[in-house]
Amino acid sequence: MTNEPSQRTGAMTNEPSPGNGATTTGARPPGSGGMAGERASATGGFGRLVRAEWTKFRTVRGWVAGMAAAALVVVLLGLMSAAGSHTSCGGPDDTCPVPPVGPGGEAVSDHFFFAHRTLTGDGSVTARLTSMTGRVRVPDSVPGVRELDSRVVPWAKAGLIVKDGVREGSTYAAVMVTGAHGVRMQHDFTQDTAGRSGGVSVSRPRWLRLDRAGEEITGYESEDGRRWTKVGTARLPGLPDTAEIGLFAASPGDLTVRRADFGGSVEQVRFSETTAVFDRVELSGRVADTTWSRDDIGATTEPDGVTVHHPGGFHESAGTYTVTGVGDIGPLTDGQRPENTLTGVVIGLIVVIVVAVGSVTAEYRRGLIRTTLLASPRRGRVLAAKAVVIAAVTFAAGLAATAVTVPVGTGLLRGNGAVVLPVSWAAQVRLVAGVALMMAAVAVLALAMGALFRRGPAAITAGVAVIVVPHLLATASVLPDEAARWLLRLTPAAGFAVQQSIPEYPQVLANYVPSAGYYPLAPWGGLAVLCGYAALALALAVVRLNGRDA
Amino acid sequence: MRREVRAEWTKLRTEPGAVRLLPALVVLTVAASVAVCASVTCPAAGCGHDAVRLALGGVQVGQAVAAVLAVLVVGGEYGTGMIRTTLTAMPRRGAVLAAKAAVLTGVTLPAAVLAVLGSLLAGRLVLPGRGFTAAHGHPPLSLADGPTLRAVAGSVLYLVLVALLSLGIAFAVRDSAAAIGVVLGLLYASAVLPLMVGDPDWQLALWRLSPSNAGLAVQATTGLDGLPLSPWAGLGVLAAWAVAALTGGGLLLRARDA
Repeated sequence: MTNEPSQRTGAMTNEPSPGNGATTTGARPPGSGGMAGERASATGGFGRLVRAEWTKFRTVRGWVAGMAAAALVVVLLGLMSAAGSHTSCGGPDDTCPVPPVGPGGEAVSDHFFFAHRTLTGDGSVTARLTSMTGRVRVPDSVPGVRELDSRVVPWAKAGLIVKDGVREGSTYAAVMVTGAHGVRMQHDFTQDTAGRSGGVSVSRPRWLRLDRAGEEITGYESEDGRRWTKVGTARLPGLPDTAEIGLFAASPGDLTVRRADFGGSVEQVRFSETTAVFDRVELSGRVADTTWSRDDIGATTEPDGVTVHHPGGFHESAGTYTVTGVGDIGPLTDGQRPENTLTGVVIGLIVVIVVAVGSVTAEYRRGLIRTTLLASPRRGRVLAAKAVVIAAVTFAAGLAATAVTVPVGTGLLRGNGAVVLPVSWAAQVRLVAGVALMMAAVAVLALAMGALFRRGPAAITAGVAVIVVPHLLATASVLPDEAARWLLRLTPAAGFAVQQSIPEYPQVLANYVPSAGYYPLAPWGGLAVLCGYAALALALAVVRLNGRDA
Repeated sequence: MRREVRAEWTKLRTEPGAVRLLPALVVLTVAASVAVCASVTCPAAGCGHDAVRLALGGVQVGQAVAAVLAVLVVGGEYGTGMIRTTLTAMPRRGAVLAAKAAVLTGVTLPAAVLAVLGSLLAGRLVLPGRGFTAAHGHPPLSLADGPTLRAVAGSVLYLVLVALLSLGIAFAVRDSAAAIGVVLGLLYASAVLPLMVGDPDWQLALWRLSPSNAGLAVQATTGLDGLPLSPWAGLGVLAAWAVAALTGGGLLLRARDA
């Protein structure tokens, strides 16, 4: 910092009160003579204080340059990491397939085996599920030789479904038995209602029923086919009069997580399938076909373009129906997210902290703080005015940075072949504005630390230690996941949660850890923790400023 | 040279802020190590944690204190104008830098030893209660174990080298606040840079260049094959950074007006 405010900058627009004649001598800046003797009124005073602080800030070249540098760091690091990341999915043209999009606009996985009939108008399907088995691939002990283990993955699904046609991503509602999470009623990919727990066996079969009445679908389950328990009701706006209804099975890949050498983790998803046996299948309502149509929805083909990769299957004999399915029906959680372009924020924050701390400690170093406090003796308001200015400047710089980085960065990622998960308009606004707000709150916290410590190095270290270090430890170190979650709950680094654009889905098994971009607190909740710390630090700073000589 | 060292020692021990940083280094390091150890569990054998590295986790925090101390030794003099007096009294600028480095090493080393041993002791006391038992493949931490001793000695040297690196940067930057920003940026930001690039070759290169990632490789006691650098080579990277910073700072000190 070469150019800090001193008494010569002429920054003071608040005239010292008439009683303090000693300091007014020769210190009156040119151009402010019209305000001589004018006491700050209760209402106009704060506005003038803010103006005085803004003048001080903008006339120090180092601080303005620092803020610009912080914004630039966010933009450049974000765009560089986006431009340098290349994704290829193999195949003939080496491009990654664009995932289907569900009714809510989110990217979804819609891969299951569907044995179906066409239902027009209201109606229902009932079936008894007598068995659910599965196979899971295990790591090869002899390289290249496929080995399979007989078990059902926790979120394997089998049951009844009504769906708008067979297009991937179309609206649906389903009642199902899962591998380890009991009976569930799910619809439109993100919605999940739990029914009773327990699995299925030949001695303890489970009955399922799905009723359609207009746009309302109701799921039931029963142990004996007579006494039914409602599992849940789904409203499917836009479900046409004619829909496909029938039996389905799906089994998401088996997830294993290993620690990575650089910190973070390596996820592996291995093939799994489930086979469900149904009997006593009954359809009511206007069902058009006489035979079951079968579709391996969302299945991909081998490089030859014909053979289905990991096919499902359907077998019917004497009223017993066996459905084998691979895949999952649910929101997609793997893929790039828009906030992946904002990795530079944590480094930009170091610059923000240096500038925010400096805007207070420089006044102590040069003795300007005595002039400032003489000019406006209500010390709390001085600090509040400083906080307003630093917050507004940081928010503006942060918003400019995020508003450029997020759209351009996601564009670069897509251009490099990556699948960027689409997020809603509201979530994008929350990401862009929320991160700018987070940066502003960090600036206020750093400013308060500057006022508490009065010494630049101590305050900067404290600021970096409570915000930047916990975030780095939690997301980019060998720290275990539990410890990382606690850091992101308890420290001001909780504020980073505001950038999470894809929520955790309890019904989808994934590696929900901080290093994969999942924060333990909700976006606004995390920001509230950070703001709480900033407010507390500012209050302590006011107490300290009032209680001690400057 | 002796005169310079004595002068620097007098300045350091009579500066209340700097003296208070040494106990802070010990307390913060141990406290952070306790916090790390208390938040980990090892529910079954083969939980994949490196117990020594967890116990010494507080070094990640302690390094910031060592950096502040080093920056204040130089930045404080530039802030008050004392540096001009210092250089008038002792015109051999290289000797001033060497004396400052020697005194800084002399005070950081014992504090680092206490901090690292305290962290190891904390790990030995806390970790067994979190499931790190012999039955789960984690015998109590002990200095008699070769890799543990190497991790402990390496962590002490790590803290000293971070202080020397910061000293060199402070001579180059001269302003305390800016210097501390640069040092902390170098230590913490370079730790995440490898995760920001997609290219594996770049990732590896950045990891090996980063003073904190490479330097803290010296704490690893498990999975050594997976490390991009061997423990001592990693600490060597940090040492090279410290030498470069001190050389650069020294050259600038000779070339510029104070």
